[in-house]
Amino acid sequence: MTQMGSRLHDIAGESARRRAFEVAAQVPDPEVPVLTIGDLGVLRDVRIASDGTVEVDITPTYTGCPAMAVFTMDIEIALMAEGFGKVRVNTVLSPAWTTDWLSEEAREKLRAYGIAPPAGKASRRALFGDDEVACPRCGSLDTEKVSEFGSTACKALWRCRSCAEPFDYFKCH
Amino acid sequence: MTTTDQTADLFAYTLRLADDAAILGQRLGEWCGHAPTLEEDIGLANVALDHIGQARALYTYAGEVEGEGRDEDQLCFLRHERQFNNCLLVEQPNGDFAQTILRQFFFSAFMLPLWRELKGSKDATLAAIAAKAEKEAAYHVRHSAEWTIRLGDGTTESHERAQAAVDQLWPYTGELFEIDGVVERLVAAGIAVDPASLRDEWHATLREVLDEATLRLPPDGWFQTGGRSGRHSESFGHLLSQMQYMQRAWPGHKW
Repeated sequence: MTQMGSRLHDIAGESARRRAFEVAAQVPDPEVPVLTIGDLGVLRDVRIASDGTVEVDITPTYTGCPAMAVFTMDIEIALMAEGFGKVRVNTVLSPAWTTDWLSEEAREKLRAYGIAPPAGKASRRALFGDDEVACPRCGSLDTEKVSEFGSTACKALWRCRSCAEPFDYFKCH
Repeated sequence: MTTTDQTADLFAYTLRLADDAAILGQRLGEWCGHAPTLEEDIGLANVALDHIGQARALYTYAGEVEGEGRDEDQLCFLRHERQFNNCLLVEQPNGDFAQTILRQFFFSAFMLPLWRELKGSKDATLAAIAAKAEKEAAYHVRHSAEWTIRLGDGTTESHERAQAAVDQLWPYTGELFEIDGVVERLVAAGIAVDPASLRDEWHATLREVLDEATLRLPPDGWFQTGGRSGRHSESFGHLLSQMQYMQRAWPGHKW
């Protein structure tokens, strides 16, 4: 390939990579459908190998998160529907996922969906460090923890004492 | 030391961590649909899921280290009783809710500092698994410590049961701190964590929580041993027969 041809090839490759990233980033979380894997920070990297295979790196929120298998399948389907022929999804563990990676926009989407977003920074949590959690419905801070665990590994169950509604809290992790 | 020796040690060490996680995950899974309250049913299943997730990552890595083509399913579901090297604590039957909680508390209070130290391992994969598992262990300590206090400092009945659980499980905690050639060589190589270095912190965590729970910490005495060399409790075979049924009935099947 000439030098010019090679540069054009690189540009085409980069634009395909970006498109693949955007497509993968739009895959929704099956358990919190209001968030995409891009919002969650679960999508870590997308590369295109020399044989055209799209390599996607994702990282689990919790080690045993059962949504990982669904993510993998949904990413493959989404990319293939966009015309990418071969897709390989890898699970990477490092650096470990943290709720600090949730964007402000993602937190707002969670709140609007009725799930209280993680409070504060993951690093400040201590043995009995209880979080101060605002009710996603009425905004009151007069809330109490019902259980350390909720409907999925990433959530706990709380209740609002002001509006009496129970709600899910996305654990600070 | 030759590379082959270190590979064998790394395989053995990773497999022990995997077995601890898998067996405790299996035990906790037995509570599914039977826990005292719906919230705790979900809670114990969630803790089980964390352990099973850790086990999957560790078994997969152990298989890569071994290099003989064994995957997570083969290592978890096709080894025999004497080939499992989990500590005896994690295989103890669930008993009542107090026994399940105290078993979790004793184990998680040990694993939390272990994972924290293992994050600095020269083995990049173990370090990466440890970084995830540490956060999960912190949550397990918090959950089991809160219940330990609630049960110990609760009614006469719950106090008695919690104390009985402490006394019954105590002889199985000494094994957590055992060190053999595998651990010794890997500690020297900067790969494994010396469990003896975690003892003071573990003891302090137990003392803090058990004091608040008005529970008595038994004196160090005779400790049971054997799990790390494949000698298990009577109930272990029953656990394996249930855990391994699917893979033995339909060899090679995948979800």
